[in-house]
Amino acid sequence: MLYDGGKIVFGLLIFIVFVTLPFTLSIGKEYYKPKVEINTPQIMKLPEAERKCVESKEFMRREHMKMLIDWRDAVVREGKTLYVNSQGKTFNMSLQNTCMHCHSNKSKFCDECHNYVKVKPYCWDCHIEPKENIKKEAGL
Amino acid sequence: MSNINRREFLKILGIGAFIGLGGWSLFEVVGRGEIEAFVERYRKAPEALHAKRWAMVIDLKKLNPKIINDCTEACHRIHNVPKILNPKEEIKWIWEEKFKNAFPELKDEYMAPEIKNMSVLVLCNHCENPPCVRVCPTKATFKRKDGIVMMDMHRCIGCRFCMAGCPYGARSFNWRDPRQYVKNENPEFPFRMKGVVEKCTFCYERIDRGLPPACVEVSNGAIIYGDIADPNSEVRKVLSSNFAIRRKAKLGTKPSVYYLI
Repeated sequence: MLYDGGKIVFGLLIFIVFVTLPFTLSIGKEYYKPKVEINTPQIMKLPEAERKCVESKEFMRREHMKMLIDWRDAVVREGKTLYVNSQGKTFNMSLQNTCMHCHSNKSKFCDECHNYVKVKPYCWDCHIEPKENIKKEAGL
Repeated sequence: MSNINRREFLKILGIGAFIGLGGWSLFEVVGRGEIEAFVERYRKAPEALHAKRWAMVIDLKKLNPKIINDCTEACHRIHNVPKILNPKEEIKWIWEEKFKNAFPELKDEYMAPEIKNMSVLVLCNHCENPPCVRVCPTKATFKRKDGIVMMDMHRCIGCRFCMAGCPYGARSFNWRDPRQYVKNENPEFPFRMKGVVEKCTFCYERIDRGLPPACVEVSNGAIIYGDIADPNSEVRKVLSSNFAIRRKAKLGTKPSVYYLI
């Protein structure tokens, strides 16, 4: 028989309730998910079949940071300015002039996820972000 | 193929086995990613200009205040160079200098004052033997294959060794955030940030798109550029028929910017 069994079990119960509080408290509540918008005028202007990024959505989600670094090295250090994607299509490698030309909504595209995962890329210390009509969020 | 003999058959079998097994194991060992990396994904633009070593010739006789102003304005405008008036903090890629200051070793007691005070356009010399590249601890500044001494702003840590190394004062340090000092920004070119060194890049972004450097374009013929390694290039023709000088040539940096006087 457990010595002071009642107290221990009671204590364990309190512990379990306390530890699972973040989960139990959020039952029924809506989770915050980053809402990325890809309906900029430049994208909507394209015919439906051509509304594609330089690579697939999944690839871009997973690899865009690596890709941007590779692009930077190719352009700055090797003077290579063209990217041939997996479909054989050619793009000018430029964050400012290619990526942000379509994704002209930095606050609803880049920032939405970056803020969610709390990363602060330093691209915009130097690179010029597209002019948006919406006011900048405080603290950004 | 019906009259195939034993020897032929064994040959085909051997080649088939080699390709089959070899190909498969290559795929297994090397992996898909690496095979894809062999395919050329990054290319130079077909219109990009090529040279073994880019050089410039500036004809001082053709320079006048308007051309000097046009050149500096055009360069600083398209590269988002901030206009900071304090000379201790100013940023300049190409600027005007008096002859006696641009060529101090040529200064002479009895030199005509017109020559002494003649205006000279000075910029990074894109040396063949650049001291700034030697001292850079992060390889943020490096020499491209075509001779352009480039800056990779992403790697610059602002140590300013390059500024100490450059005998021409061609490099400027960003003491403050340059954004507020640029009136009409060029949205196609980035800014720099506080704490990095910048300088003329021979308009690498224009060369790689098939365009001449901006100062050459607006200089009305006072500046010509070309491949100095090519005996038939314009710069070589001009240099072979004129007397040209280079800034502080005796230091051994081998500047690529020549001046006709």
